[in-house]
Amino acid sequence: MIELTGLTKRYGSTTAVDRLSFTVRPGVVTGFLGPNGAGKSTTMRMIMGLDKPTSGDALVDGTHYAKLKEPLTRVGALLEARSVQGGRTAYNHLLWLAQSNDIPARRVDEVLGLVGLTEVARKRPSGFSLGMGQRLGIAAALLGDPRILMFDEPVNGLDPEGIHWIRNLMKQLAAEGRTVFVSSHLMSEMALTADHLVVIGKGQLLADMPMAEFISQNSRSYVRVRTPEPERMRDVLTAGGVHLADGPDGTIEAEGTDAAKIGELVAAEGVVLHELSPQQASLEEAFMRLTAQTVQYQAGPGTAAGAGLAAGPNWQQPPQTTAPGGPVDVSKVDVSQKEGN
Amino acid sequence: MAQLTRVLSSEWTKIKTVRSTVWTLALTFLTTVVIGVLFCLLVRYLIPAGERGVFDPTFTSFGGISMGQLAVICFGVLVVTSEYSSGMIRASLSAVPQRGLLMGAKTLVGVGAALAVGLVTAFVSFFLGQLVLGSELNTSIGEPGVLRAVIGAGVYLALMAALSMGVAWLLRSPMLSFGILIPLFFLVSGILGMIPRARDVAQFLPDQAGSTIMAVGDMGEFGGIDRAYGPWGGLLIMVLWVAAALAAGYATLKSRDA
Repeated sequence: MIELTGLTKRYGSTTAVDRLSFTVRPGVVTGFLGPNGAGKSTTMRMIMGLDKPTSGDALVDGTHYAKLKEPLTRVGALLEARSVQGGRTAYNHLLWLAQSNDIPARRVDEVLGLVGLTEVARKRPSGFSLGMGQRLGIAAALLGDPRILMFDEPVNGLDPEGIHWIRNLMKQLAAEGRTVFVSSHLMSEMALTADHLVVIGKGQLLADMPMAEFISQNSRSYVRVRTPEPERMRDVLTAGGVHLADGPDGTIEAEGTDAAKIGELVAAEGVVLHELSPQQASLEEAFMRLTAQTVQYQAGPGTAAGAGLAAGPNWQQPPQTTAPGGPVDVSKVDVSQKEGN
Repeated sequence: MAQLTRVLSSEWTKIKTVRSTVWTLALTFLTTVVIGVLFCLLVRYLIPAGERGVFDPTFTSFGGISMGQLAVICFGVLVVTSEYSSGMIRASLSAVPQRGLLMGAKTLVGVGAALAVGLVTAFVSFFLGQLVLGSELNTSIGEPGVLRAVIGAGVYLALMAALSMGVAWLLRSPMLSFGILIPLFFLVSGILGMIPRARDVAQFLPDQAGSTIMAVGDMGEFGGIDRAYGPWGGLLIMVLWVAAALAAGYATLKSRDA
């Protein structure tokens, strides 16, 4: 269990982490998602007691990390790919870690086998690939058989096989009842691994909910319709009770229905159809929209931040309803918001 | 206590499993001994008896320490700054979040290793030096003050390592630490020691004060001034410098983000 209450980190006038409050629970993989620079690593370092919070608190199992006598047996962390001295062999790196926490030396061989580094145990990490370095970091995290695990961007630099391996490892660790907290800037990666999602942007909490809920709320499905007779098409579909929005390139996006129903409506009235295709807005898109809006929020005065933001109104609604002036093109919204950064 | 023991053993593993430790300590030994022997040869064969002034055969055999200390400074600096340059400090503080304990254990192990090598270096330098000086010039370990000076030379090297570690905890960067320590002890201290007015102050620098513990007679001939302290006083001054450097390093480690 990891508990954050109002955790804040300021560097001068910059706020890297802004009043974060959430709880990471055991038994599930909790994804910690945010764009680069959102404050994920800083948050993790504060949980580990490496960085001091400006205000607020971060507790592991109800205690400050710095108070733990044998922290590696309670919390294992892969913080950065390289927190290893290149000149010391993989085995010796893990050995000093083990000794400092009274972990038996045989456990070093065990974790080396677990991450598949047995053959290079006596080699210096300076010659390791990014993926091998990452595996060594994971071995260090698993060394004390801890109940809480934190991984900061664990799939960075891993090949597809390595990515597959770490996904399964995290799921397995969670299934064993451990607390697994994984950061990433890739929504697609989180969608495959995480059961629960914490999203931050510019240091602020944007979402804290089960993955399934996030997907159902944020993956918008619609049917793309292309026609040389847009006016007639609109009339026909609107009359048939279909919600419409303008898509890119003069397409029409029909929501709350399926392709079959549209095809039938159109055929009955004899409207010419050039394209009829079911579409699904990706989670990546939803994530970008979510974080892009934080940026907008931040620019304005009187930002409503804090714990309540988890259920904040803006991100939950599909973008076309956020602009009261009429239907909004999703792709254009994204672009304009990025330009506004 | 149990925690201290295991952090000490962990730091000992760290220190003995990188090459830089072995290299810098081996260099400390070799440089000090070789230059000391050359220095003794020079004194014996090239300087006429009348120009030797107040001759201290013990201190003469430590003529290599001014160079050897540079290697022990490298040792002290690298033991600490390699943690920062590699990013390993985050792993260290994750394993031992009690920062004072981590620093204390690392300093103890580092200074202990430097003391062991320093003592061996001092005794080998002394005995080889006396051998080279020959029976006309040399002294023996049994003479008054000689044993104190020889052990003192080993302690001096260990204190130099401790000072460097303190500075390294403070500055974190190897380049910055070397950039301050090496010129200070290789050039500045020596140059100031030669300028009449400046050397009244320079005698309180850690190396100048500390090196009096290696001399048996008074340091008149070597320092060229009346010193305000004896060998034990000099050692104390050096210890105060070391304590200040370590305190500054601890304050930095305690307060700054890793």
